[in-house]
Amino acid sequence: MSRGRAWVFGDGINTDVMAPGLYFKSPMEEMAKHCMEAIAPEFAPNVAAGDIVVGGRNFGIGSAREQAAMALQHLGVGAILAQSYGRIFYRNALNFGIPTLVFPESGEINAGDELRVDPVAGVVENLTTGRRYEVAGLPEHLMAMVGAGGLMPWLKHRIANKEI
Amino acid sequence: MGMTLQQKIIARASGRDQVTPGEIVTCRVDLALLLDSGGPRRIWPRLRELGVGVWDPDKIVVVSDHFTPAVDAASAAILKLTREFVEAYKIPRFFDMQGIGHVILAENGLAQPGMFMVGGDSHSCNGGAFGCYMAGFGAIEMTGVVVTGEIWMQVPETIRVNWSGAFGTGVVAKDVMLFLCRELGIDNAFRVIEYGGDTVEAMSMSERVVLTNMAAELGAETGIIEPDETTLESIRAGGQEPAADALNWRSDADAQYLVTHAFDAARLEPQIAAPHSPDNSGVVGDYLDVAIDQAYIGACVGAKLSDLHMVADVVAGRRVAAGTRLLIAPASQKVITDAAADGTLQTLTDAGAYLLPTGCGACAALGAGILAEDEVCISSTNRNFKGRMGANSAQVYLGSPYSVAAAAIAGQITDPREYLS
Repeated sequence: MSRGRAWVFGDGINTDVMAPGLYFKSPMEEMAKHCMEAIAPEFAPNVAAGDIVVGGRNFGIGSAREQAAMALQHLGVGAILAQSYGRIFYRNALNFGIPTLVFPESGEINAGDELRVDPVAGVVENLTTGRRYEVAGLPEHLMAMVGAGGLMPWLKHRIANKEI
Repeated sequence: MGMTLQQKIIARASGRDQVTPGEIVTCRVDLALLLDSGGPRRIWPRLRELGVGVWDPDKIVVVSDHFTPAVDAASAAILKLTREFVEAYKIPRFFDMQGIGHVILAENGLAQPGMFMVGGDSHSCNGGAFGCYMAGFGAIEMTGVVVTGEIWMQVPETIRVNWSGAFGTGVVAKDVMLFLCRELGIDNAFRVIEYGGDTVEAMSMSERVVLTNMAAELGAETGIIEPDETTLESIRAGGQEPAADALNWRSDADAQYLVTHAFDAARLEPQIAAPHSPDNSGVVGDYLDVAIDQAYIGACVGAKLSDLHMVADVVAGRRVAAGTRLLIAPASQKVITDAAADGTLQTLTDAGAYLLPTGCGACAALGAGILAEDEVCISSTNRNFKGRMGANSAQVYLGSPYSVAAAAIAGQITDPREYLS
């Protein structure tokens, strides 16, 4: 369950703007400061732990750079809701344990709305407007991996159980 | 029920007779491409944390291309770590500063029909031109592959894109892709684009890979082309012998496609994508007054030998316009060697082109040739997102090598057909 303020972005937000190449060699502490800088310079300095990123279509399109999802994780983003995703970003975000849901009604969310997200049940609540949305929860085959906190904890678990 | 080529490969890699779109399967990986960017420097610390090694060093290919050559202490350290990783895990196939990974795989015949391949870079779909399934993933996902040799897949739908007829002068595969970004859109996750038709069959491998490379710009899982004799010749030229049944890897006649598109190559004009997305494209005539600071020939998609030949066709006997610079970062050492041998490099430098080292370079603001605030660039690369090639206020247009070269000579975007006989 995640609860936080909504940061609303439009369509086609690409991974270059989440993790600019100019900071590729920098540590994550530095790179995360520049997350979304090209399109929303107010985001990185003001996003708070638990806040929820809301996107339109093709959120995370483009480069495979995992630093895009890592930057959001580093900034404390509690969940991502978008109408559709860039395929690699979607997998990266889930692999870092960020609840990432397809949310067709993202256009009804306003910046700053207070949201509550249950990624298992597939429920998004807008506590500001009082609206409740039922969406597809996390894919069944990824539930345990995301629940464990992402791919690394999940691999540790599987190695400990001698499944690998 | 029949399957498309990509579904047949996924079925084989997941140990099934049949797969259907939407199904979740686990595939065994035949080959994993690791690059210096998202490869050893990100995966090695995780292997140490997990206390495990790599699943099969013979199925891993490592290429250093993003941070080559080192320009500062940080990039030097990344390249050193990459070499140490290869040594530590005894990975036999390592290409250090030889060129861009996707081009290296093609040059060495390492992508072959029917293989299931993954790469730690979004343009790994480049390999699909060879009739294999090859898709890009993030370094965290590649960590899982390197540990287990497996990856989960949601079996994609297939979109068939047929092209028929011959291109007019000055129109090439890059124009096809900038057109398709506009026509098909970029919302194609869980779909594979299968290209075909007599136009595609007539293309060299160097042009076919442009189609599959830029499947990434369509947002697709990957692109794929059914193999033919041209495919096999290219694999042999790379020093490999294709499997005897290589040409059997084809879509079934009764395969199900999500949709089939048909386009006429003769009607296609040179295309330009305007800032800040490849799908923001139109015909070259819509952009004729745009003055250019930098014309850039580079990246996996746009600096192969055939691309340098296109540039040479335009600039031969001409000079780059005053106030405009033409930068060329060939896609591999082999491209440089071949372009030197056939006189192409001489033609380019005679025209005033500035040669850069091979590697991913300025395409992703990692190497030489990045842009200052408010500069305008036309580039043969594959994406033009805001800030990707440097300053956030820089404006990057995309075009074919013909269009980039013509803009370099004119000092502004112009119709490349005016420079070709």
